[in-house]
Amino acid sequence: MNIIEIQGVTKRYASQLALDNVSISIPEGSIFGLLGPNGAGKTSLIRIINQITAPDEGKVLFCGEKLSPSHVSMIGYLPEERGLYKKMEVGEQAIYLAQLKGLTRKDAIAKLKSWFEKFEMQSWWKKKIEELSKGMQQKVQFIVTMIHEPRLLILDEPFTGFDPINTRLITEELLSFRSKGATIILSTHRMESVEELCSHIALINKSKKILDGTVKEIRAAHKTNIYELEYSGNVIGFSNALGSGFELVSSSQDFTTTRARVKMLGDNTVNNLLHALIPHVQIHGLREIVPGMNEIFINKVNG
Amino acid sequence: MNKILLIIKREYLTRVKKKSFIIMTILGPILMASIFIAPFLINKISEEKIVIEVIDEIGIKLPETENITFDYKNISFEDAKANFRRQHYYAILYMPMIMLNYPGGTILYSKKDVNLSIKEYISNAIGQELYEAKLASHGIDKELLRTLKTDIQIRTIKATEKGEEKSESEKATMIGLISGALIYFFIFLYGAQVMRGIIEEKTNRIVEIIISSVKPFQLMMGKILGVAMVGLTQFLLWVILTAGITTFFMNYAFQNPGSRKKIEKMMVQRNQQMGDSQSIAAKEIAKEAQSSPVKELLGNINFPLIVGSFIFFFLGGYLLYGALFAAIGAAVDSETDVQQFMLPITIPLILSFIVAQSVVMTNPDGALAFWFSIIPFTSPIVMMVRIPFGVPVPHFILSVTLLIAGFIFTTWLAAKIYRTGILMYGKKITYKELAKWLFYKE
Repeated sequence: MNIIEIQGVTKRYASQLALDNVSISIPEGSIFGLLGPNGAGKTSLIRIINQITAPDEGKVLFCGEKLSPSHVSMIGYLPEERGLYKKMEVGEQAIYLAQLKGLTRKDAIAKLKSWFEKFEMQSWWKKKIEELSKGMQQKVQFIVTMIHEPRLLILDEPFTGFDPINTRLITEELLSFRSKGATIILSTHRMESVEELCSHIALINKSKKILDGTVKEIRAAHKTNIYELEYSGNVIGFSNALGSGFELVSSSQDFTTTRARVKMLGDNTVNNLLHALIPHVQIHGLREIVPGMNEIFINKVNG
Repeated sequence: MNKILLIIKREYLTRVKKKSFIIMTILGPILMASIFIAPFLINKISEEKIVIEVIDEIGIKLPETENITFDYKNISFEDAKANFRRQHYYAILYMPMIMLNYPGGTILYSKKDVNLSIKEYISNAIGQELYEAKLASHGIDKELLRTLKTDIQIRTIKATEKGEEKSESEKATMIGLISGALIYFFIFLYGAQVMRGIIEEKTNRIVEIIISSVKPFQLMMGKILGVAMVGLTQFLLWVILTAGITTFFMNYAFQNPGSRKKIEKMMVQRNQQMGDSQSIAAKEIAKEAQSSPVKELLGNINFPLIVGSFIFFFLGGYLLYGALFAAIGAAVDSETDVQQFMLPITIPLILSFIVAQSVVMTNPDGALAFWFSIIPFTSPIVMMVRIPFGVPVPHFILSVTLLIAGFIFTTWLAAKIYRTGILMYGKKITYKELAKWLFYKE
């Protein structure tokens, strides 16, 4: 089942087109990477899902229902441009924001206490936000986003401002949150976190969706059929052995071994390649070169 | 609806807990009470007892008061001057013989600058004594002269439906001006607070988090209403504290036996001077003076009407302008960009204050006063100034209705600008841009 169904959404600001007939399905329980260069329209789309703005055309369904104010309490949103009231105390502020999401004051306090314990920040309760460091503020912000245990969590560049230790902490929280059945939309430029976390992605460029699907499928679809071989033996013998069925893309020599990238031509398989090579060289290793999300992103956006 | 209450609560509590609010709440009444109390205090402070050494070559006796006494010496002015430093006298008064023909000859010789009121008292006393001496030398009877003089006092009476009422133009003027000024001041003070609050939310970048939970309109209205309640709290505390402080000091001042006696003595003198023909007026004045100072201050003015209208016109004016302040806050990125948009707000406010002061004071029922008290942008101040003078009921109803319509209109306008503006960062906004925002679909 899809928790979010975006159907033909178009959004215009004055003369500028922010989203052009975008349709995306976000399956329940996925970690969905929303990718795209700056100004592509990601934030506009996220704001529409959050009902901050409404689409000019098209519609958005939440669990099959048309998006309505009653869904607000089921969504948690951490915007890219985020902050808190600087002069307000941490605890009071967290309670306030939790109440705005529909929690009662009592529930909010109980839940916050357990979060604060987990992150070892009980001593911050009475402090003002401005007294905390940037990273500490981000932690508070993260807790506030999750406090009402939303079914859908929308995070826009969640890792900026965190050191590697906190990034790990947050990542673990996200994964355990997902394992409880929640869905996460992750908008980020950090492709390594996309590869690590996301099961699905959609790529938006110049207001249009240009790619979507599971990460596995997308990477498989972008395979270039190139393998890297590590071998020792005669380099010329190696090239000759490739014959017309394979193409040598690159080759570099170490002290004892050579690394070569070979592209399969026609219907040739790895087995055919090995069959051709084994009589001529000693093979130490073989692996398929699968393009990273980073390459796919750059290729798709520039291409 | 519940969420709007949450927002109102936060806006209210964070503001009333601020040190600046507490300081203003305490300082305001002290300043206002001091306006009422100052004259009494000044009177008390000047009650310092002084003795003046008199070298009199003419032979007149000056009347003494509780505070000023004279010590007549039969020595030369030169000797007195020589000994002056060693003595406790406040000053030496020298009245030489030539004074009769040459009034500038009198000398008041002292260590420091002579208190103006003492100088005036002495010169009046000498003048009076010489006047009476001269009258006597011409053979004119003092009492005869007094009966010839007629003291005219005009009592103004206003014909109303309830019968005759004593007219209170001076009090009406004062109350009208004070409440008009307060509304003017409150609109600016609390309007600016709304604006600053919104700019703060924008620069803090918390606004996007909040409007993912509530509608922008709820956030805007919550802020405007929360600040309105802060304003009302401050106003009510000011009224209560000012009344409290003033009553406390007045009672203290009147319980002081010296001043009470003095006032009673004054009353008796006044009654005697006025004679029987004017006894009714005298009795009324006496009655008034005996009642409490606050009551005397208010007289026949309809106090509940004034306070009720004040609260209405303060709220109405504040809501009308508060919405505009909110729109400005949403449109700009920082307070330094505010200036270009402030003009349309300040001009009608300043204009209405000027009109309130000049035209309304001289002609509270004139055409200019009428129009300014009907147009919603100026009515909160101008109508408030007119009310103490009495306003025809239809005018009042028209003004109230238009003001309500006015703030509904500005709130609608502001909401449109607000919901676009709060998510707009790093862009210099022009009036043209604002106009475009009005037509954006949600």
